Amino acid sequence: MNANVSLTTPAVSVAIEGINLSYGDNHVLKDVNLAIEPGEFFAFLGPSGCGKTTLLRLIAGFNRADTGRVSIGGRDISRLPPWKRDVGMVFQSYALWPHMSVRRNVAFGLEERGVKRAEIDRRVEAALGLVGLSHLAERRPSQLSGGQQQRVAVARTVAVEPKVLLLDEPLSNLDAKMRVQVRRELRDLQQRLGLTTLFVTHDQEEANSICDRIAVMNDGIVQQVGTPMELYERPANLFVAGFLGTANILKGRVVGSGAGHRFEIEGGVTVPITENAELPADPTMVFRPQHATLETSEALSGDALSLPCTIAHREFLGASIRYGVRIGLTEVAVDIPFQSGRDLFEIDSEARLNLSTRSLHWLSA
Amino acid sequence: MTAVPATPFRARALAATPGQIALALAIAAFLLVFLVLPVATVIYVAFTQKGTSSFTLVNFYDFVRTELFMRSLWNSFYVSAMSVAFASVLALPLAYLTTRFAFRGAAIVQTLGFLPLIMPPFVGAVAMQLFFGRNGSINLLLDDWFGFKIDFMEGLNGVILVQSIHYFPFILINLSAALRNIDRAMEEAAQNLGSSGFRLFRRIVFPLALPGYLAGASLVFVKVFDDLATPLLLNVKDMLAPQAYLRVTSIGIADPMGYVISVVLIVASVLAMWLSALALKGRDYATTQRGGGGLARRVMRPHEAVLGYGVVILILALVLAPHLALLLLSFATVWSFSPLPDGFTVAHYARVFGESSLYIKNTLIYATLAGGIDILLGVAIAYLVLRTKLVGREWLDWMATAALAIPGVVLGIGYLRTFYGITLPDGTPLAALWITIVMALAIRRLPYALRACHAALQQISVSLEEAAENLGATKARTVRRIVVPLMTGGILAGFVTSFATAAVELSATLMLVQSNSDAPLAYGLYVFMQSAAGRGPGAALGVVAVVLVAACTFLSHLIVERSQKAKGMGH
Repeated sequence: MNANVSLTTPAVSVAIEGINLSYGDNHVLKDVNLAIEPGEFFAFLGPSGCGKTTLLRLIAGFNRADTGRVSIGGRDISRLPPWKRDVGMVFQSYALWPHMSVRRNVAFGLEERGVKRAEIDRRVEAALGLVGLSHLAERRPSQLSGGQQQRVAVARTVAVEPKVLLLDEPLSNLDAKMRVQVRRELRDLQQRLGLTTLFVTHDQEEANSICDRIAVMNDGIVQQVGTPMELYERPANLFVAGFLGTANILKGRVVGSGAGHRFEIEGGVTVPITENAELPADPTMVFRPQHATLETSEALSGDALSLPCTIAHREFLGASIRYGVRIGLTEVAVDIPFQSGRDLFEIDSEARLNLSTRSLHWLSA
Repeated sequence: MTAVPATPFRARALAATPGQIALALAIAAFLLVFLVLPVATVIYVAFTQKGTSSFTLVNFYDFVRTELFMRSLWNSFYVSAMSVAFASVLALPLAYLTTRFAFRGAAIVQTLGFLPLIMPPFVGAVAMQLFFGRNGSINLLLDDWFGFKIDFMEGLNGVILVQSIHYFPFILINLSAALRNIDRAMEEAAQNLGSSGFRLFRRIVFPLALPGYLAGASLVFVKVFDDLATPLLLNVKDMLAPQAYLRVTSIGIADPMGYVISVVLIVASVLAMWLSALALKGRDYATTQRGGGGLARRVMRPHEAVLGYGVVILILALVLAPHLALLLLSFATVWSFSPLPDGFTVAHYARVFGESSLYIKNTLIYATLAGGIDILLGVAIAYLVLRTKLVGREWLDWMATAALAIPGVVLGIGYLRTFYGITLPDGTPLAALWITIVMALAIRRLPYALRACHAALQQISVSLEEAAENLGATKARTVRRIVVPLMTGGILAGFVTSFATAAVELSATLMLVQSNSDAPLAYGLYVFMQSAAGRGPGAALGVVAVVLVAACTFLSHLIVERSQKAKGMGH
């Protein structure tokens, strides 16, 4: 891609306030509130059916909210039809018109805006140059590869210099290798244009790798908003913990008080609760597989826990070995870096699961 | 399992089984005798000097020199083009409103829109005279109220009106399907980039639906160009198909002009199809993608709704007028110079079911046989094309499909010429036998049945057959136990299309019916409709034909639905 930056517009903020949307009895979006900063690359992340695409389409004007409003740069756009919103959307299927050449696809939005022919030519050139496809301008979309089609879809959208760029699962129709390349290109492009960008995806790796901030959604509710690392390190609830990376979730109940304040995991194993730990009302113990270690004996370090466990499974994953171990009634995963020559734990053998208390999260069940 | 020698197995996989080869040869022989030979004969006669076998272009020179023929050629072209235009005017609003808007009764509109197809156009012609003719209901009322009349049915106008009303469903069906197949993201992308309203329709929606429109329009053009019975019944003789018929029936089978006109008809059909294929080249956009929701349906504003429903009702009234007129006529005692019949009677039906029930019986036999032959050939050809590597298998497909380009009147003339020379032991020529009528019908309808079977087989995953073979079934048993049962819906659809259209076909049979006792319903109708006194019984027979075809179509629809539900394929 060349460094033509003639398509930049001043970045604007996006505010989503009190959005509710229902299809009949199906409450798809429940009181969604989000504030997206100018120039931010922001992801809506969640499993299918969580409402993320509905929210994106609502911003583009294809869905109408029951309550709430969407503002762009401080201006309420909730009542505008899609063609007056000036938000550029890249569709999941790309939606390139098969009866037009690449050039005519990209020129379409400018023609609809009544831009002068010379200016259209200049901006089409700039947009195609931006995605590195100037040489394919006369082709039909069907003659392009998936990655090229995706870039045309992006060029078509940025050519009209929208205030906000909406990307609806733009990588889902690409193969794994292309996906990594294209997502870097997208990030690169967004940085150069300085365009506020909203990105819908169900793939946490995609969101983590290119987005400034992420709103994790489930069941029509925004679960947590934060940078990828914040979400991983300090998940607000079990859903976020489980959706971003693998999380071990241990149910149980709090017993005793004061010095004898302990968490009894289902099956009888108990864990002391440190004084500074903040516990919700009905807590569940959560930790990541790579934060624990397996030893044949108890750990000696002061703030470490050491829980008796039984090895149930062993899977070789390449860089690491994943053990399935039973603590009481629950099976959890523990990732141990693989080093050749090192002894492995055998199935059904007894071991100790050691874990720093700082790696523990107490989340409400 | 016993060891199977490796080499014979490989040889089998490369070519085909002896059974498949035999099947292909049998089909090829059938098509050669009943399609290629008659058509080749027509072309041969057109290019040879009368009575000799020397090549000549003099017949074509005569054609071009004769003012009547050139006028007929122009008239045929004019009527076809105008019919396409008028049919488009009828079909566009119906297709657009029922697919793009949340339109109450869209299913009813689509179903009613099909009805004209199941009524023979020449039957409609007589009925239309009663409503729209010089002294028809509409003109009588116009004359009474305003003191003028409109020449709806005069000369070529009548043919155009009748044909466009009869054939517009072809455009409606194709255009509706095309509109429905457009991914809604295609439209939303345009809206997102600032397009809306009529510009959106003109720049995105219509271009994407254009292939469907063109497919329907070219079909209408060819059908109208080739039709014989409608102009004949409306007493329009200066068109090509009637000219070909009149030359052969009045001057004789040896007169070369009938053959020359036939060749012109074939060339025009092929040309129209070729042009539409050319226009469609590279435009076959299957735009629906996984997760696509079809065209977004818009809710109409009140004034739009009033306008929309008004237009739809007006069009449906016009389109269904022939049916209503026919029904009235079939119960009318006398209906002349009055907006409505003078009185009503069931005598016509009594007559039809009495002395004329022969026509109905013949039609059922002919159409059933023709439909049966068509699906046998259709399944066999589809199987050979899709599931074997037999050399030249596409030729069977092309040959069968080529029948589309052969007008009925041409096939009729070809049969007469080819099979008249062949006589049975008792001296009757083969062409006089009723079985030739069946063959002509079967060949005429084969392309439609073949497409239905082809589509049905294409939807069946090869792995289902491989699973059967893996469990020990031979090719033949796999076809019988797996393929055919799964194709039932498609086969039935093919049969009904063939049956229903064969039941009302007249272009080819008009030429081939030699005695009244062998005549099918359509021929009987034609004979009745020739005289004023025969109109009542003729209309009754027409109603029987429409009911017959409608009942069969509905019945097959039920069966298909039930079998699909049983197989868990329904929605």
